[in-house]
Amino acid sequence: MTETMEIEQERHVLVIFPHPDDEAFGVSGTIAIHTERKTPVTYACLTLGEMGRNLGNPPFATRESLPDIRKAELQKAADAIGIQDLRMMGLRDKTLEFEDDQKMMDLVTNLINELDPSLVISFYPEYSVHPDHEATARAVVRAVRAMDAEKRPKLHCVAFANNTLEEIGAADIRYDIRHVYDKKMEAMKAHISQTIWMLKELETSVAAEGSELHDRFNYEHFWTYTFDEKDKVTDIKS
Amino acid sequence: MEPILPEKVQELINKFAGDEVYLHMETTNGAYASHFNEKFFSAGAYIRNAKLTYEHGKIVGDGPFRVGLKLTIGWVYAEGLTHYGFDEDGHLLMAGHDFDGKLAVALQMGTTPFK
Repeated sequence: MTETMEIEQERHVLVIFPHPDDEAFGVSGTIAIHTERKTPVTYACLTLGEMGRNLGNPPFATRESLPDIRKAELQKAADAIGIQDLRMMGLRDKTLEFEDDQKMMDLVTNLINELDPSLVISFYPEYSVHPDHEATARAVVRAVRAMDAEKRPKLHCVAFANNTLEEIGAADIRYDIRHVYDKKMEAMKAHISQTIWMLKELETSVAAEGSELHDRFNYEHFWTYTFDEKDKVTDIKS
Repeated sequence: MEPILPEKVQELINKFAGDEVYLHMETTNGAYASHFNEKFFSAGAYIRNAKLTYEHGKIVGDGPFRVGLKLTIGWVYAEGLTHYGFDEDGHLLMAGHDFDGKLAVALQMGTTPFK
């Protein structure tokens, strides 16, 4: 197991993900640590996860009622980890890769210009599986890359594609979040329509120290994005 | 939503026949299907607020059910439907929920656009 490191003190943290619950799975412990220090955290959630498939059988929701349910869950999760600036950006689940790329990039640029974050957290392009994750990651990379190098915030990315380790290696950042475990668990429970299956599995296997699921609730990992030969995101085609 | 009662759903389908309706249809394996199983070929389709008129429609099968709508010069159909209900705007919602409670297919219609 690799060493963990201390979380740096930030001026402002900007978190950008496409779906309610993306923040809970990967980074809610890290966010909770920042908010406990009174560091301002803005979470821009691009969609309401309208296309979620977990509707139950018998169903507890419909395709049309799911967005309101997930909106309420998102607010509850944000409260659980102390996010005071939650922004729902009004895009639609599973459509982000078809949006105008410039509009996606501008959305990120505008947030950065307004908030002047010292750290941006999002997904790692090419290694984040869901097409919405990838479209979000590309927009974030393009927006940060367009800035003067000395003015760029740090960019910490979440990657979980099956080929991540062999292609870009292990995460360079590993945080011990065990002291905010309860808050992370509360954020996960807030998204109950999405997480109930995983939480059930967790209950039965939580004792299995070293298991992937156990690790996920005790450590969080990021890959620092660097604007060098590793940066494979293309410019927007005009 | 309730398990489909074919007689009831047939009545509802008849009610919309000949009217201009807004239609939502989707089918999906989920965006993570090929992540969890790399041998899985993921496919799906989605259309929201297509405006059309059907001459007649039918629900058939013993459950899960199939619904087909005959258009003047075309067709709409969906299979795997298990449940039906309405949203707050009175749209007819039909959906197919798999054994794990995940939505696999949806066919919805009404005389006003979906949000």
